[in-house]
Amino acid sequence: MTRPEEWEPESAALVRPYVITKGRGLPDDGDLSLITLVTAAPDQGQRPTRLSPEELRLLDLCSAGYLSVAEIAGHTRLPLGVVRIVLAALKDGGYVLTRPPVARARLADKELLEEVLNGLRAKFG
Amino acid sequence: MASEPSLDERPRLDARRNLGEGDYVSAGATQTAVKILVVGHFAVGKTTFIGSISEIEPLSTEETMTRAAEAIDDLKGVRGKTTTTVAMDFGRLTISERVVLYLFGTPGQMRFVQMWEDMARGALGALVLVDPERLADSFAVIDLIEQYGLDYAIAVNHFDGNPERAEASLREALDLLDDTPVVTCDARDEQSSAAALTTLVSYLLARAG
Repeated sequence: MTRPEEWEPESAALVRPYVITKGRGLPDDGDLSLITLVTAAPDQGQRPTRLSPEELRLLDLCSAGYLSVAEIAGHTRLPLGVVRIVLAALKDGGYVLTRPPVARARLADKELLEEVLNGLRAKFG
Repeated sequence: MASEPSLDERPRLDARRNLGEGDYVSAGATQTAVKILVVGHFAVGKTTFIGSISEIEPLSTEETMTRAAEAIDDLKGVRGKTTTTVAMDFGRLTISERVVLYLFGTPGQMRFVQMWEDMARGALGALVLVDPERLADSFAVIDLIEQYGLDYAIAVNHFDGNPERAEASLREALDLLDDTPVVTCDARDEQSSAAALTTLVSYLLARAG
């Protein structure tokens, strides 16, 4: 017998992933990576009521600032692929803004590594 | 010691009202997000390491891996698919007014290769946590790291009562290049974890130069 405090009314497991994603496929790999930062677009005054509960939930979650795609998945406990698909739809609809991580070609950027190193040293002495 | 994260044990954060200001990336640091992988075999201390330096409560996310089963039984209407759930955990560190660093703890097993692909793409490098008593368990992890072309440093996570193993024999056992950094670290200790991370980034910088 499940006690009331053990109920998980919002458990993702109760809803099949393809229902949440409306059968859509994964967005392009470069889009919405684990560390792509996402925030709700300003001017959300007139939200259409067409958004699904999951779309609304994700939009709510990132309406107070930027979160990475991984953090959004972690906070909502939805599988990563599902989060990506729902976010892609929100992005297409203009509801969220995304900031992709630095492109791979620029990763050897010494300046960036120096900044990370200095930041770590400043933080931890 | 550190166990792999269980999704059911994590605090639930379902709505924005549960998130404080500190849960969001600080406004300036949204310009550049970078990531470093913290890898190692099962229970080597990845979660502990990330938890010791993350500014947010470490989070966990899961991915469902689907693959075709070998036999498909159409008559029974059974979809020929099996799924595996893989969890990874991660933390965050605001580095500067411009940069936010994510640390991803990655399961080292070969069967999670899809997830590796995802995590390795665009990573600055990797810190390989090693248990000196279970060196052989680290071979597969280092193979994967090399396969994805990531630069890495080794952090030997000391557990209570473990004898110190000389660096030379560890290098030999793990077949490391001469310039691959090896540091000892206590994954429970913030300063110690940060020092290991600093060693890795210094090395990455030297490689980039």
